[in-house]
Amino acid sequence: MISIILRRVLSLVITLLVVSLLIFVIMDLLPGDPATIMLGTSASPETLAALQKQLGLDQPLPVRYLAWLAGVFRGDLGQSYTYGVPVAGLIAERLAVTLPLALMAIVLSVAIAIPLGVQAARRHNGVFDFVAGLFSYISIAVPAFWVGLLLIILFSTMLGWMPAGGFPGWDAGLFGGLQALLMPAVALALPQAGVLTRVARASVLEVMNEDFVRTARAKGLSDGIAIWRHAVPNALVPVFTMLGLQFTFLIAGAVLVENVFNLPGLGRLAYQALSQRDIIVMQDVVLFFSGLVILMNFLVDLAYLVIDPRLRAGAQ
Amino acid sequence: MTRALRRPVFLIGFVITFALFAVALLSLVWTPFPPTRMQIVQRLKAPLESGLLGTDQFGRDVASMLMVGAWNSLSTSILAVALGASVGTAIGVFVAMRRGWLELVIMRGCDIVFAVPPILSAMMLGAFIGSGRFTAIIAIAVFMVPVFARLTLGAALQIWTRDYVTAATGMGRPKGRITLAHILPNISNQIIVQVTIQLGLAILTEAGLSFLGLGMSPPAPTWGRMLADSQTFLGQAPWLALLPGLAIALAVLGLNMLGDGLRDLLDPRDNS
Repeated sequence: MISIILRRVLSLVITLLVVSLLIFVIMDLLPGDPATIMLGTSASPETLAALQKQLGLDQPLPVRYLAWLAGVFRGDLGQSYTYGVPVAGLIAERLAVTLPLALMAIVLSVAIAIPLGVQAARRHNGVFDFVAGLFSYISIAVPAFWVGLLLIILFSTMLGWMPAGGFPGWDAGLFGGLQALLMPAVALALPQAGVLTRVARASVLEVMNEDFVRTARAKGLSDGIAIWRHAVPNALVPVFTMLGLQFTFLIAGAVLVENVFNLPGLGRLAYQALSQRDIIVMQDVVLFFSGLVILMNFLVDLAYLVIDPRLRAGAQ
Repeated sequence: MTRALRRPVFLIGFVITFALFAVALLSLVWTPFPPTRMQIVQRLKAPLESGLLGTDQFGRDVASMLMVGAWNSLSTSILAVALGASVGTAIGVFVAMRRGWLELVIMRGCDIVFAVPPILSAMMLGAFIGSGRFTAIIAIAVFMVPVFARLTLGAALQIWTRDYVTAATGMGRPKGRITLAHILPNISNQIIVQVTIQLGLAILTEAGLSFLGLGMSPPAPTWGRMLADSQTFLGQAPWLALLPGLAIALAVLGLNMLGDGLRDLLDPRDNS
């Protein structure tokens, strides 16, 4: 077990290194020089040279990459050009919005999808199954940021129940923060819930007719208990796999939804960095997000080993 | 054909997709009004008050903008998926032919590319080469490559184990020839289904990119930018936010249903 985990960790580290190298090289290959992009074309040659030196652009690529990598290990991601503060601090600050938002969305989507999927499987081919199917078709098709706009129209401009956007900060109290994140989280959760409902339904259907579920019923457990206690836990593995795979889309959705709701999160940071041409911030945020996706998939992989003893045996 | 008619998912998907293509193509030759014509006196008119679906903050006809938006969204997405699917499929079948360490490297590579959401790669690209249709197409296509590489590799590996392929190998046929003659035709159904579904995803992504201003440059109307512009008028003119979103959702719904329907229809194992 330990050796498997070690091997996975090693492969994770290699993948992360390759990602960072790739993004670095691609940024380098793209036409245009970061210093010129950041300063605009009207900058004097002296300012340009000074910034190039400050960014280390006068150094060859391998040197810059290694210097950046060494910085990452020290927790130093460079200085933001527009904000004039360390990027690591900026990311940490914005993460305090994006991370709770993503977690709320994940919890919400699972809370919607599992009961819906399980019931749909139990009422296989019935009316409930049809409605659940319709729900997943529609929720997969609607863009999360549009759902956000609809929620604002309904709950903010028409009913006036919720703030239309912005974030009061966690210092203003837990309730205010959670309230500001609720609508964005719902918008983000809906498309995910559609995908997960399908997976949950399919995997419960598959497990439902297995011997151990039949045995559970035969020994006198009610249908509901047999399903929830025996079928559902076994059907969860594909659901969590999908959750891991969907993480990329969750992040993409967060970038958009944060912009709809004016939330000071990582996605909005990346977007602002783009419009302010703050290349260093953008590069760091992209790397951070990609790293997060890879880490998430790694955790899902590990979770399997914990959940499913068969996989442990298989991996050995 | 009668089998197709009996499948509601396929049928609904087909009708919606057909309508989408029809509207997009129609917009090339006819729209109720020129989509970029501004009439400030007619600004923010509700649906049916001016034109079929009302007007926006510049008095432009929303119905006409949606029609041209359908073409812009569809053409961008088709180009992106075509590019991503061809490169991905080429990689997939090539790796299936060679196997070995190449397979490992390519699959890890796919994981890595897949880890960067297209919105972010579009931002990176946008910063360097400027935003616009080209940036959007490349960003979406890059994301599609691993999807098709994985799909075709898995499917092609299965075909390589078939008896007729073994026979062809035994007869000394070169692997490249076998790939073209046996592998590709036998995995084409799966590719077609995936293209349909990814087209829906591409439309969704394109809308997101245009929403952030990373799509086609103005004044070309896109569904995403219409939504972005509507944000200022949510209280006054909610239809400006409703209609483009509805168009996106309908287009994606149609393509997803068509893809699912095609999958059922093209699956040779299922003859019920």
